[in-house]
Amino acid sequence: MQERLIERAKELLSDGTVVRVLGWKQGDLGYNPEPAYFNSPEELKDFVYDGFCGANLSKYMIAAGKMEGNTLVFLKPCDTYSFNQLIKEHRVNREKTYIIGVGCKGTLDIDKIKNAGIKGIESISQDGDTLKIQTIYGEKEFPFNDALLERCTVCKGKTHQVYDELIGAEEGEEAGPAGNRFEMVEKLEAMTPEERFAFWQNELSKCIRCNACRNVCPACSCLKCVFDSNKFDSAQKANVDTFEEQMFHVIRAFHVAGRCTDCGECSRVCPQGIPLHLLNRKFIKDINEFYGPYQAGEDTDSRAPLTDYTFEDVEPGIVTERGGKH
Amino acid sequence: MQVEKTQEFRPKIVAFCCNWCSYAGADLAGSSRLAYPADVKIIRVPCSCRVNPMFILRAFQRGADGVILCGCHPGDCHYTTGNYYARRRMTLLFSMLDYLGVENGRTRVEWVSAAEGVKFSTTMNEFVAKIHSLGENVRLGDLRCKKD
Amino acid sequence: MQRIGVFVCHCGTNIAATVDVARVVEAAAKEPGVVHAEDYQYMCSEAGQLKIREAIKEKNLTGIVVCSCSPRMHENTFRQAAERAGINPYMVEIANIREHCSWIHKDIEEATEKAVILARAAIAKVTLNAPLQSGTSRVVKRALVIGGGIAGIQTALDIADAGYEVDIVEKTPSIGGRMSQLDKTFPTLDCSACILTPKMVEAAAHDKITIYTYSEVEKVSGFVGDFQVDIRKKARSVDMSKCTGCGVCQEKCPSKKTPNEFNRGLNTRSAIYTPFAQAIPNVPVIDRENCIKFKTGKCGVCSKVCQAGAIDYEQKDEIVTQNYGAIVVATGFDTIKLDKFDEYSYSTSPDVITSLELERIMNAAGPTKGHLERMSDHKPPKSMVFIQCVGSRCADKRGKSYCSKICCMYTAKHAMLIRDKYPDVEVTVFYIDVRTPGKNFDEFYRRAVEEYGVNYIKGQVGKVAEKGGKLLVQGVDLIDNKRILMETDMVVLATAIEPNPDVRKIATMLTASIDTNNFLTESHAKLRPVESPTAGIFLSGVCQGPKDIPETVAQAGAAAVKVVGLLAKDHLVTNPCTAKSDELLCNGCSSCEKVCPYGAISYEEKEVNDHGIRETRRVAVVNSALCQGCGACTVACPSGAMDLQGFSNRQILAEVDAICR
Repeated sequence: MQERLIERAKELLSDGTVVRVLGWKQGDLGYNPEPAYFNSPEELKDFVYDGFCGANLSKYMIAAGKMEGNTLVFLKPCDTYSFNQLIKEHRVNREKTYIIGVGCKGTLDIDKIKNAGIKGIESISQDGDTLKIQTIYGEKEFPFNDALLERCTVCKGKTHQVYDELIGAEEGEEAGPAGNRFEMVEKLEAMTPEERFAFWQNELSKCIRCNACRNVCPACSCLKCVFDSNKFDSAQKANVDTFEEQMFHVIRAFHVAGRCTDCGECSRVCPQGIPLHLLNRKFIKDINEFYGPYQAGEDTDSRAPLTDYTFEDVEPGIVTERGGKH
Repeated sequence: MQVEKTQEFRPKIVAFCCNWCSYAGADLAGSSRLAYPADVKIIRVPCSCRVNPMFILRAFQRGADGVILCGCHPGDCHYTTGNYYARRRMTLLFSMLDYLGVENGRTRVEWVSAAEGVKFSTTMNEFVAKIHSLGENVRLGDLRCKKD
Repeated sequence: MQRIGVFVCHCGTNIAATVDVARVVEAAAKEPGVVHAEDYQYMCSEAGQLKIREAIKEKNLTGIVVCSCSPRMHENTFRQAAERAGINPYMVEIANIREHCSWIHKDIEEATEKAVILARAAIAKVTLNAPLQSGTSRVVKRALVIGGGIAGIQTALDIADAGYEVDIVEKTPSIGGRMSQLDKTFPTLDCSACILTPKMVEAAAHDKITIYTYSEVEKVSGFVGDFQVDIRKKARSVDMSKCTGCGVCQEKCPSKKTPNEFNRGLNTRSAIYTPFAQAIPNVPVIDRENCIKFKTGKCGVCSKVCQAGAIDYEQKDEIVTQNYGAIVVATGFDTIKLDKFDEYSYSTSPDVITSLELERIMNAAGPTKGHLERMSDHKPPKSMVFIQCVGSRCADKRGKSYCSKICCMYTAKHAMLIRDKYPDVEVTVFYIDVRTPGKNFDEFYRRAVEEYGVNYIKGQVGKVAEKGGKLLVQGVDLIDNKRILMETDMVVLATAIEPNPDVRKIATMLTASIDTNNFLTESHAKLRPVESPTAGIFLSGVCQGPKDIPETVAQAGAAAVKVVGLLAKDHLVTNPCTAKSDELLCNGCSSCEKVCPYGAISYEEKEVNDHGIRETRRVAVVNSALCQGCGACTVACPSGAMDLQGFSNRQILAEVDAICR
């Protein structure tokens, strides 16, 4: 698969369709490829596509769209939702983008492997349903499905929402278990307010305000975040006891409500392992329940839930009526 | 500022009122001498849709014990559709606060027309009573990135 | 750095009795930025305003806070005072310490503390105010009147006489409204048609008035001075330009079973019809639901008999789009439905009728040609009972809490007319109170009792039942404290009136506020009774509240004067509190555009210089002439690029902070 992608990228670079390729490049470890531009066929020797290419490249296309010439981008099925949403918000330039939809069997969480006690990892390869892990202590095996990122265990589908051509899209079709993505949200909803508060206080206390979630999030695409401008008196970097510190995650989640495609990048990149996607999913679940099923990024012209209404919409009092539980 | 524990709990309550209906309804409550507790302080906004969830979170973060938003009845918005957007925004925000473990009685939306002085007063009396029963708001202030 | 002045009003004792104004002054003076604070008995008075002006000049103030009554009352007064002293009128904030404080709190300590906080919030806000400049918008010199009853006709005539174009939109096939259904009018007993029809003719003939009958307002956009309105002219199926009004089509029409709305369903009409003989325009319409041609495709009699060739079965609804500077709502009323008042047997006995039905029975052009008779057997009644307050002043949800105002008088009129014309008919009136405030009203009622021998009984009727061709009325006499059981031939119910049910839809289109009884709300109950709180919308007639004909005509004139006052202006000063986008923060995402109810936001590809980065960006641009300042866009904007002048994010947050401090 990786070879097919490289081959096709070389063709498109050579025939002038695109002047650069946005893909993933081998990292310094065996399991940490990173997003990268490739400007010539030669540079593509470092191109990699494997289970650790979780990074959603859509957001990079905002910057790429402003560069000279067309860009080839590889998008996994779930990444295409983000790209579509960015088209809807006029943030990316579709005309200057050549999209190859790539097949995906699910992306992997290295921590799940490490947490299983596998140390000293040198490289990881896939063999059917099993991961073959070369470590300094010898080869280990690990079931592929057990190493999936949480988001991939509740994959929203293997269909690309936008593309110019597909490569290997058939590969992922049968792969990946599809669980209930709202399971944890429901569990939290079923708790008492005290338990929920304790849960979130514990999680959010871990935040070091590194802004990784904000930087990776395709919906958090503001040129300047409200927390970095003086529009709301909200940028107060010096103190720990500030509005920014205390409300950052709630406000971020609200700002992406109805726009978040549930790509799960926020949780994937959080160095503290905070399940930030559970905030976004709560909004998604509420939107689905209150205003009808809605999947951001499924199309480019519908009205987002928060810029839409019906006369019969539920009243905010519903929150009190349900008492936080169902 | 540390409030003495012996003092009676005086909640801080912020009421956002749209200029055309609810603020006028509050004026009518006033001219009709329909009392409600002084704990309620009204902020005038042109429309309920002007109220950014950030204002509500800010109020809580700065020590408010309850926040209520009043606007024109659905269908009667001075700007036609403002309250519809406000309704969706507040529904989702309140649901999120509830999800974070904040008592859901601390937030409320009520549609009060310019003719509903009685409703304004009744609503405020009810809301203040509710906040009294919930006591001081500590959770939102504590919902921070650093645990003590 | 702002230099703020704070002015605390006593409002006589309205504020000062409950709020310690001296303490408010003292506390305000300590707030950052405040360089002047004083109190005065009446800040709104000329002397009070002078104090403000002097302080602005002497202390070089850049902004002021007035702690007084509601800004809805005197914000403009103080803005003008500020402007006269040379500072921008939008550098004024009001702390409402009367309606929101002194009038609702009793404890001086509590009220003072709250007044201090409200002042603090206003000071915090004004510190962030910026001078704002109003723009101007055009005034379309044309008015729209919705409803062609006496209210609408009078308003239109008065506006037209002042020299402005007026369009009347009337839902039914003719103008005239409820008044055209009445027989005589109190307290002088003039014939209703005799005084109404000349006005109808005058309106129709007026060169400044255009009448759209059988038409409805479909869509309204825009704002004061420049509303754009779509009017749906429903297909009449008769060519107005060809029809001569001869009436042959109505005579020959084979479908004659449709209940006659004009006669309140007491008889039937043809499918092609004019509601009444003096209808304006005197052009019939085909009621397509009941027309054989439209139902089966066969028939076409009217077309065959029409000498003028005016029948047009193919006619379609037409949308007329027109711009107006002002809109008058004159949608009138109807009587309430009586389905929740089974005790009066209205739905089961044809001899129990409403007062409006009685008007039609008494009218020479009505279903009985003016002969008083029972609808069941067409025999003249020997006795009649009138029941007052049916659905009015009603304690429960079945009826209306308000007094319908006109019933006492028209019932006296009916009783008098019946006793005059048919002296052998006994007339009894059951009432809760007889309310006769009005010129010559009580005299009129006394005549009914004293000269015409109408039997008035104070008390309510509990039940009316049909028995052997008669009606059995069970009631109480509260004065003699006894139960009454009487037989009668006819019962007339003084049915409560309610605003025309269509008014809710119209109010929504106009964004005019409406109360729980569906009456349109006036801008001020006493001082601005004919204006809606929505600028450019005026109220005429019963749509605003129950009233009789003279009051309606007076209010219609008042509304017309307000309209003329508006149309006489060449331009209007616009509200400068509009949205404004910071192009350096704008992502161009279009969220704001989607929630704007006025289409005031558009996008431009614009060259920006973002701290040295020059690039072309898609950015939102607000048309301040269209923006009405609701602020929906400001919340839809995730980056905070969109802000509302006069109610900016930072201003509101400053108020929040000041209150929660």
